[in-house]
Amino acid sequence: MSTEHKITTQKVNFKVFRFNADEDYLPYYETYDMEVTSEEVVLDILNRIKWDHDGSFSYRRSCRHGICGTCAIKVNGRSTLACKESMNDMVALFGNELVIEPLSKKRAVKDMIIDKGDFWEKHAAVTPYLVADIDENPESENLVSPEDAEKLDEADLCIQCGACHYACPAVEINEDFFGPAAFAAAYRFSADVRDNATSRLKDVNEEKQGVWDCVKCFECAEACPKEINPIEKITKLHQMAFQEGIAKNNVAVRHAVGFKKSIVKNGVLDEGGLVLYSEGPAIVKHIPVAFKMFTKGKIVPPWGITKSQNLDEIQKLVKSSSTVKF
Amino acid sequence: MEKLKYALFTGCTAKQSTPEQMMSTMAVAEKLGIELVELTEASCCGASHLQDYDDFLSLVLNARNIAYAEKHGLTMVTICNTCQLNTAMTKHRLDNNEELKAKVNEKLAEVGLEYKGTSAVTHFLYAIIDDFGLDKLKEMVVTPLSQFNIAPFYGCHNIRPSELQNETHKTAENPYNPTSLDDLIIACGGETVDYEEKNKCCGFHVELQAPHTAAVLTGNAIAGAMDGNADWMVTPCPLCHLKLDTQTAHASEAIGREVELPVLHMQQMVGLALGCTPAELGLNHHLAKVDFV
Ligand code: SF4
Ligand code: SF4
Ligand code: SF4
Ligand code: FES
Repeated sequence: MSTEHKITTQKVNFKVFRFNADEDYLPYYETYDMEVTSEEVVLDILNRIKWDHDGSFSYRRSCRHGICGTCAIKVNGRSTLACKESMNDMVALFGNELVIEPLSKKRAVKDMIIDKGDFWEKHAAVTPYLVADIDENPESENLVSPEDAEKLDEADLCIQCGACHYACPAVEINEDFFGPAAFAAAYRFSADVRDNATSRLKDVNEEKQGVWDCVKCFECAEACPKEINPIEKITKLHQMAFQEGIAKNNVAVRHAVGFKKSIVKNGVLDEGGLVLYSEGPAIVKHIPVAFKMFTKGKIVPPWGITKSQNLDEIQKLVKSSSTVKF
Repeated sequence: MEKLKYALFTGCTAKQSTPEQMMSTMAVAEKLGIELVELTEASCCGASHLQDYDDFLSLVLNARNIAYAEKHGLTMVTICNTCQLNTAMTKHRLDNNEELKAKVNEKLAEVGLEYKGTSAVTHFLYAIIDDFGLDKLKEMVVTPLSQFNIAPFYGCHNIRPSELQNETHKTAENPYNPTSLDDLIIACGGETVDYEEKNKCCGFHVELQAPHTAAVLTGNAIAGAMDGNADWMVTPCPLCHLKLDTQTAHASEAIGREVELPVLHMQQMVGLALGCTPAELGLNHHLAKVDFV
């Protein structure tokens, strides 16, 4: 059977980020008009810019098979692996004007090449390896059952491309925040049945750097070319903290637990009560805003909350379906 | 066209900190001739925080909420992005995993309920666009918002993760260049403001645990809209609304610049275009004064 398919071409206007940290004071954009074929991937365009237009144009690539993770860049703000992303799909998403930028403009060294130092430092900080007593002369192989391997939930497929890390707003604002890729790595090893690390889960639960500062924006899930879904792994790290009994009694943890307390009582949330329970005495800092909200009819006192109907059902389900204690 | 009818999951916020959102939802539904049956039995969706604590419990509770919509034989409509995410995520996981669904149903059976998977779950914004239709809405506009530059603020949990979100939409939304809310603004006769932060995060979910991160995100969003020359902002999410409307003092301090704009719920915007009165839309419940009407 012949699988014939037609190659089509279309005109695309590329606006390409250019910057040489050694020479340029500020970055600028160079424009290139090209005929793009339906067969090409984004990396083909980077190659053609370098080969046909400007030999000094710089970018990283190595495997060309979506494995080495070096070629990640942004197209119209969307993280992509250049060697994997079809040009046709990019045009379908964004039209015929495409903006090509490095993963992080503020970390640009030369054109698409960025300084990924912060990414690697944070990766190293989560003990990204197995901590186990290994018999150096084993009698037989150290096998992991398929069920146990599934627990990794494909977190082991991460290629450290950094696409998620540089799409994460929490990384941009809080420089201590480990970021989605480091958390995915932390999950990958913590979920491994062979692992005995004791410090890793604690490290990723520390305030400021840890999982509780994730803003739940799902930018990382959207950015990952390997569909690792880092936010899902972050959620699992949260759950592990409770399962393993290392969740600290802090505002973030009380905030999560407070939902259950409120649901048992009202079915719905008691929003004011949740803030009070989470913050404890620190509630005072919310008083000025709370007062303004009160005057605008935005605060319902506990006795004014309309509870869910059939609340007994909810209470029964919370009793029978709860899987963790805190 | 047959009368549109949905099961309304109000979520908690519309009943507490954003009463104006509840009022304007009902007012707009009435104008459009959409019937909303409120799911008074529903519990909180867990807002992605209960999910951090107890995954299974949050699945059971959300499945229960959907089961009530199924009992009515209606599509569930949400008016909160985070409710939408958590409910749709539950539905997705149960519909694609028989074993998990059976486990959840075992619990629901204790209270005489069953999750079947027969009701779709959609946000009111998409119900208006996909089911009611923007052309029809346009015809009903009595007060076009033509003198206003309106900045859409989408809110994460309506556009990401796109794979999940687009399961229910007629036209796929591109999370890097979303259009639904822009289309709604145009249908109401307004001018849309294009700005970088329109599809970014407002920071709501870490307001208590990471106040600085949360405040910077809010500040950047309002600043972006102001720099785009917006007269006001509009959002489909009550949580984004709370952040943008009530946290301007923290946000201004965090980014070192005074930021504030009137922020409307998308229902209030549609309501204004359809000729509802400010009182019907609860415009007096905002902290950032809505002084243009
Ligand atoms: S969901 Fe969390 S980790 Fe992922 S990009 Fe957003 S803030 Fe970062
Ligand atoms: S999780 Fe995905 S996006 Fe992040 S570094 Fe790994 S492969 Fe890249
Ligand atoms: S997300 Fe917020 S508004 Fe929605 S149900 Fe949960 S607490 Fe209520
Ligand atoms: S060149 Fe190796 S992942 Fe793209």
